[in-house]
Amino acid sequence: MISIVLNGEPRQVREGSIADLVASLGLDVKKVAVERNRDIVARSTLADVMLVDGDALEIVHFVGGGC
Amino acid sequence: MTDQWSVAGRSFTSRLIVGTGKYQDFEQNAAAVAASGAEIVTVAVRRVNVTDPNAPMLTDYIDPKKITYLPNTAGCFNADDAIRTLRLAREAGGWDLVKLEVLGEAKTLYPNMRETLEATEVLAKEGFLPMVYCVDDPIAAKQLEDAGAVAVMPLGAPIGSGLGIQNRVTIRLIVEGASVPVLVDAGVGTASDAAVAMELGCDGVLMNTAIAEAKDPIRMARAMRLAVEGGRDAYLAGRMGQRRYADPSSPLAGLI
Repeated sequence: MISIVLNGEPRQVREGSIADLVASLGLDVKKVAVERNRDIVARSTLADVMLVDGDALEIVHFVGGGC
Repeated sequence: MTDQWSVAGRSFTSRLIVGTGKYQDFEQNAAAVAASGAEIVTVAVRRVNVTDPNAPMLTDYIDPKKITYLPNTAGCFNADDAIRTLRLAREAGGWDLVKLEVLGEAKTLYPNMRETLEATEVLAKEGFLPMVYCVDDPIAAKQLEDAGAVAVMPLGAPIGSGLGIQNRVTIRLIVEGASVPVLVDAGVGTASDAAVAMELGCDGVLMNTAIAEAKDPIRMARAMRLAVEGGRDAYLAGRMGQRRYADPSSPLAGLI
């Protein structure tokens, strides 16, 4: 297990790719976007980018919002 | 008689853009969007709920293939946060047309124009097509245009206030000076406010609370559609001149 910060919360996760993590969270990879250590991770590369201890991830999606 | 408008090369028939916040539920939201006739909706970008990944999502109710999602940076108070948010939005949605909004303070939700200009420049360089929320200042509007804004969106009154168009003179000045579309963003409270914005020559109106917080949001959405169409037609028709005193409409000759 490694320690990361996911959406602002510390979390222990299995080693693997970002795509593995997204799937293990039960999220549809086509509906989210991921930022790793303040850099965008292209959706096409989510399966190739391996999580590293200490990574800070933001996983976001579209929600209702106005002006 | 089609009357389209276009922003950054994309054409739309509806001149009403609606938000997707503050609704009771997704069903009501989707019904209001349908009643409004809007072809563009604003959406926010937020962290996913990692504890409840099966919670219903906006995209299940409003199809991004049929309705253009306009990602919005509402809630961002500096250029950096707004830029990060839109980079994520581009990755999530795959499109470049975005709405930039960098707020200055919570009380008025007025834009911070220094940060807004800076963010506009960065976004334009990165290939984004930013539609930009701004103050009702014709000079600031030109500066945004020069910085790469594909539309300028001055407020008519503070966001969520429903006070109506409080600044007709400056909105008209912006419309006259702009070479990109001008949309009133924020301030509309009821249908006549939307008509006023359109009568001033704006290309469109963006609203959320006026519909979402109406007693009957779906009916208000319809009212807004009609008001925007009516206001646009009135603008194109060219209103009569104003007189200080009465002028009879019936002939004076032939009176008994």
